[in-house]
Amino acid sequence: MNQNNDLYQKRHLLGIEGLSPKEISALLDKSETYVAQNRSADKKKTTLRGRTIINLFFEDSTRTRTSFELAGKRLGGDVINMSISTSSIKKGETLVDTSMTLNAMHPDVLVVRHPESGAAKLLSEKVNCAVINGGDGSHEHPTQALLDALTIRRRRGKLNGLEVAICGDILHSRVARSNIHLLTTMGARVRLIAPKTLLPAKVEKLGVEVFHNMDQGLKGADIVMMLRLQRERMHGNFFPSIREYFNFFGLDYKKLSAAKSDALIMHPGPMNRGVEIDSEVADDIGRSVIREQVEMGVAVRMACLEILTENFDGSRVSSS
Amino acid sequence: MGINPDTHQRRAFLNAHVLDPGSGSDILGGVLVEGKKILDVGQSLFSNSLPTDVQIIDCKGSYLIPGLIDIRAHLGEPGDEQKETLATAGRAATAGGVTSIICLPNTNPVIDDMSGVEFVARRARKLGLAKVYPYAAVTKKLEGIEIAELGMLSEAGAVAFTDGFKSISNSRVMLQALNYAKTFDLMIVQKPEDLILSGASSMNEGEIATRLGLTGNPPQSEVIIVERDLRILEITGGKIHFSNLSTKESIDVVRRAKERGQNVSCDTAPPYFALNELAVGDYRTFAKLSPPLRAESDRQSVIDGLKDGTIDVIASDHCPQDEESKRLPFSQAASGGVGLETLLPITLELFHNGHLSLLDALSFVTSKPAKLFGLPGGRLEKNAAADFALVDIDIGWQVSEKTLSSKSKNSPFDGRPVQGRAITTVIDGRFVHDPNELANT
Repeated sequence: MNQNNDLYQKRHLLGIEGLSPKEISALLDKSETYVAQNRSADKKKTTLRGRTIINLFFEDSTRTRTSFELAGKRLGGDVINMSISTSSIKKGETLVDTSMTLNAMHPDVLVVRHPESGAAKLLSEKVNCAVINGGDGSHEHPTQALLDALTIRRRRGKLNGLEVAICGDILHSRVARSNIHLLTTMGARVRLIAPKTLLPAKVEKLGVEVFHNMDQGLKGADIVMMLRLQRERMHGNFFPSIREYFNFFGLDYKKLSAAKSDALIMHPGPMNRGVEIDSEVADDIGRSVIREQVEMGVAVRMACLEILTENFDGSRVSSS
Repeated sequence: MGINPDTHQRRAFLNAHVLDPGSGSDILGGVLVEGKKILDVGQSLFSNSLPTDVQIIDCKGSYLIPGLIDIRAHLGEPGDEQKETLATAGRAATAGGVTSIICLPNTNPVIDDMSGVEFVARRARKLGLAKVYPYAAVTKKLEGIEIAELGMLSEAGAVAFTDGFKSISNSRVMLQALNYAKTFDLMIVQKPEDLILSGASSMNEGEIATRLGLTGNPPQSEVIIVERDLRILEITGGKIHFSNLSTKESIDVVRRAKERGQNVSCDTAPPYFALNELAVGDYRTFAKLSPPLRAESDRQSVIDGLKDGTIDVIASDHCPQDEESKRLPFSQAASGGVGLETLLPITLELFHNGHLSLLDALSFVTSKPAKLFGLPGGRLEKNAAADFALVDIDIGWQVSEKTLSSKSKNSPFDGRPVQGRAITTVIDGRFVHDPNELANT
């Protein structure tokens, strides 16, 4: 067992909240080791040979599911994808029933994405394998925050002391919550920029500064993180029109000029071009690291799968 | 299930610490029961000699209090028998020292006609456990649109009217319901919640909801309806009772309305003075209640409201949910918690923690609800029904699946160490809960 793994000893990865800086660094350091491997011709390792990883997705996803699938396969594991539409869940079988069924097939890792907050935690209480939260409702999406952090750390060499602006639909965003916890834990300063309708109550208690104006919020920012407007989760009047939203909160060069001249632009994808971000800005190869985020995603998920599998093996040895 | 005395059987419960919150009396003595009635209460019932035809029950110094009167419980029957039945609820009630229950009309079918009222009353009488008095619905099918036959329902035995878990949203329907109820001098019980504002929320709005990524229910959703209904009451007259008050703001508004002389009363439930939103923790669905557990400052305000008499009654708000309804992601899980067996110990916490005297704490679950709803019981006095409980107020126990008799085990107090339990419960002179078999001594 190598030294890094000793620092993340939890059985599951359900969220970033509550992780220590050491645990986060351990996950990032391990991820870093996979970046070069993923760029080489021979990408396959045998670390997870004989291990079964199940991607259990109750919500549509292309990039997260593919990223986990690639990560598992590159480590030599067997990966099974299960996409379960929410409508079939409503027909009777519950989240708990589904996970108990899968548990009986002895997977080593379950990656779960679910539209309800707390679903990954509930599932982790009912199965005896490792669980990775691949996004639960508006709660957390820990591997996204890790891949964002890895991207930033590789570009800026550190997280501590950076000014990070997170802009847009904070209310519905699990990405925002995981990033807030990770970045504040690692010593970055986080500002949120959004209309009041897209900010959850008392969000300033998470240790962030809140702005309702892009010029003020972006002033001097090192990193500009845009969020996707989650219109599928919106029921009601969060903003009057796309036109009005883009006018005040969409990222274009004019608004971006308030940030530092070398500020990086990030987006967890998929982007609504012309809604929260102008196409030109999104595709600016000098500033936008959006594609790099996707690349880092595979490395981060490989690290998480490897560390959790080792932890799970450890528990298997000690309990037998 | 105890023995059935013939109508003239006499029993003397001696050597008891007799507490009657209604009269404020606190004596060492006993209670003499003949058949279903209390014949006498006093310090020295048989000072000279013990008559031979009386069964003597030595209470060994434990407290003898009026049976608890719970004005708000969902009993599951008809329609939700997988969660609770009148029989299992009756056993839970008597194990908790509760002798009378007013049950909610949120059954299937809804209690909105005479047959529903009569069904529940008849079933409960047959079981012979806690006495059950039904609420009937204010509006047909609880739809909040058409007013039910309040007059005839009242004649059939409905003690008051409520749409139960559902707030009456439409102001005009509320106005007409209060107006019509005043015709017959009936009470409307409203669970105040602005349903549009609270929307699809699953816990109190604030930092915890934000961290957990759950939709919040702002505390204002409660006070908005309290204020609205008090304005409507200015037009109609009559009486309104608000149930399950959970926020500082709504208690303040009721306090001021009482000062103005409005005919308003209200209750709260144990979770709202013994727990706060932190109990939700990491998505504990047993702590998902309606209204949601609020902030710590609200919890303190509920205690203040009990201390100064703004709040009239403590109700169990018993709401059994089976495992399938609770073992779900938080926002999909059902709201509510069982409460019949924790009503006494959690109310006693108000005494143990020094907020209220023992008599005052007990008055919220005995004399006050009886008086407010015009129910027999809640008092220990000559000719009253022999409904009482022997209680050990100090005995420690832990709330858990194993210690609850209710069919469903969804207690928000699950795991909590509590103090106080009924040793024996007597209804109409019968021993309905008697694990130590005092009846046979």
